[in-house]
This record gives sequence, structure tokens and C-alpha cells, in this order.
Amino acid sequence: MSSLSQLDQVKTTPWSGGRSPWSVEYGKIMMWFFLVSDAFTFSSLLIYYGAQRFSKFTWPDPDLVFQSIPGITDSGAPLVFVGIMTFILIMSSVTMVLAVEAGHRRSKKEVVWWMIATIIGGLMFLGCQAAEWTHLFHEGFGWGKIPTMETLHHLFTGEVSTVSALQFSNLFFTITGFHGFHVFSGVIINIIILCMTINGTFEKRGHYLMVEKVGLYWHFVDLVWVFVFTFFYLV
Amino acid sequence: MSEIHTDHSHDEHAHGEHAGLDKKKIWQVFGILLAITVIEFIIALVLIPGGHMSQHIGNFVYIALTLLKAFYIVAYFMHLKYEKIGLQLSLTVVFVFIFYFIVLMLIEGGYLHLHMPLV
Repeated sequence: MSSLSQLDQVKTTPWSGGRSPWSVEYGKIMMWFFLVSDAFTFSSLLIYYGAQRFSKFTWPDPDLVFQSIPGITDSGAPLVFVGIMTFILIMSSVTMVLAVEAGHRRSKKEVVWWMIATIIGGLMFLGCQAAEWTHLFHEGFGWGKIPTMETLHHLFTGEVSTVSALQFSNLFFTITGFHGFHVFSGVIINIIILCMTINGTFEKRGHYLMVEKVGLYWHFVDLVWVFVFTFFYLV
Repeated sequence: MSEIHTDHSHDEHAHGEHAGLDKKKIWQVFGILLAITVIEFIIALVLIPGGHMSQHIGNFVYIALTLLKAFYIVAYFMHLKYEKIGLQLSLTVVFVFIFYFIVLMLIEGGYLHLHMPLV
């Protein structure tokens, strides 16, 4: 057998051409690529936060900083409000996945209702975040701004450090702001997809792949929140 | 072995690849995510203040539970568990790099903690 005849043999392995080894639709791969790059952005922000926090001798105690429920109580309820926010976001992720599931069955009506539920969840989350930010602004936090020494004494368990407080303040607003911006754009995209569903665009197209692609983005936003929640509020 | 692979049309894709994630499974995953979050709250509000668990160990538990939640979101909600192994591995590489970066920067932070003047 010559080497030439070996070359002539047709290969049938997944990577030898002629078929799609990942067998994922083009738009979905592009969404994954975007999410990967977005994951790098978020992780560099969170890693900087982690490194800063690790390098400092003291840090604001999250149980003391986040203990208000805006509109109900100003103190004494650590983590309750952020717990509600987490629940809302996980819940809206579930309604999104139910919209995708309804899309597979090409049930237009169900897709519409689950998309509406997802949009409401997103808006509720943004409202909660606005309330929480407002509360922190009133305490004196902000980009480049920290509360007075007197207030700060109530927010640290040990020694007070203005440098740590400033780093915490800047990073908190930057990272939750960047995440909130993602939620906001997610809500806008969801509204566009909802309008397209109502118009029957996907019905005519014969598939609801767009709902899946937007779903990927929405779950990613939820995924980032899981990490923000752990590193800002729990650790 | 002679399966014919034409290019995947949208239609074929929308039908063929998505078996496995029904409504029951979705609510099951939701229950798991909720349960993990509740455990995190119990640790933060009962176990650590009550002195049953040190903050240091608590942090490790938090991170482990967070990664578990991340797994459930990516595998089931983002559908990665039902994709081809090639795509799964390609995306996992990214997270290996992120993990490596985290370890690097925490070591760096620990170094600064020991060597920077007290501020």
C-alpha cells in the first residue's frame, strides 16, 4: 500500500471536515464567544476586588454595611434585601428557561407570557438595586466618596481604614453598576424579543432560536450575580 | 458508520438536539439553586455569628457553594450539559484560565498584605 492511497482514504472523524464538530448554530456560538469575553471583563473586576481586599488589614463588614431594607427598616436586617434580589434574579432565570422550553414546542402564547415574566423580574431587580444604591448614597458612599468617620465606626468590626472604605465604595459601585448595566441591556433585548414574538417573526421563521440566544445572555447575567453576591455580601 | 452529515439546517437543530430539559427538570434545578442560597444564608446569619464556624472556613464553603450554583446555571439553564463535548471542553478552558488568574492575584494580594506599609 503506498502512502498516496492512505491519503486518499476518506476520514470520518468529527474534526476532519465536512461537518460541524460542535453542532451549534452560528448565532449561539457567537453569543458564547461574547459571553466568554464578558466573563473575562467581570472576572478581572472581581479579581481586582479580591486582591485589594486580601491586601488590606481591615475591610467594611458586609453584615454591617448591608443591613437595611429600603422603605422598611434602616438597620437590623443583614442580607435580607440582597436575598430578595438574588431570589428575583434566579426566578427570572427560571422564567427565561421556561420561555426557551416553550419555544422548542413553538407555543407562541407561552413564550410571550414567560418573556413578560422575565422582563418583570429584570425590572424588579433594577428597582431593588436603585433602592439599595440610594440608601448607600444617603449614608455617604459614592464613587470617590466615603461616609464620615463617625458612620464608618459602625461599619467596621475592627480598626477603621479610610483607604479600605474608599476601595470598597469605588469597587462596589463600579462592579454592581456594570452588572446592573448588563441587567438593563438584558431587559431591553428581552423587550425587543418579546415584540418580535408577538409580531410572529419567529413563528414565520419556524424556530425560536433567538429566544435561546437571549436566554444565554440572561443566564450569564444571573451567573455573574451569583459571584457578586458571594464576594460582596457573604465573604 | 456511514451517517450522512449535511450542514445542520436551523430546523434540524431546533428539533434534534434539545431533548433532556423538560419543565420538571427546570423546577428541580431551581429548587437546588434556592436550597444552596438558603444554606449560604444559614451560614452567614446563624453558623458564623453563633461561633459554630469560623469566617475563614465559611469563606471556603461560600466559594464551593457558589461554584456549585455556577455549575447548575451553566450546565442546565445555559444548556451546556446537552452540547457536544468539543464545545464543553473549549469553554471549560476559559474558566481554567480565570481560576488560574484568581489564584495568582490572591497570592499577590497576600504578598501586599505582608509587605505594604500599614494604611
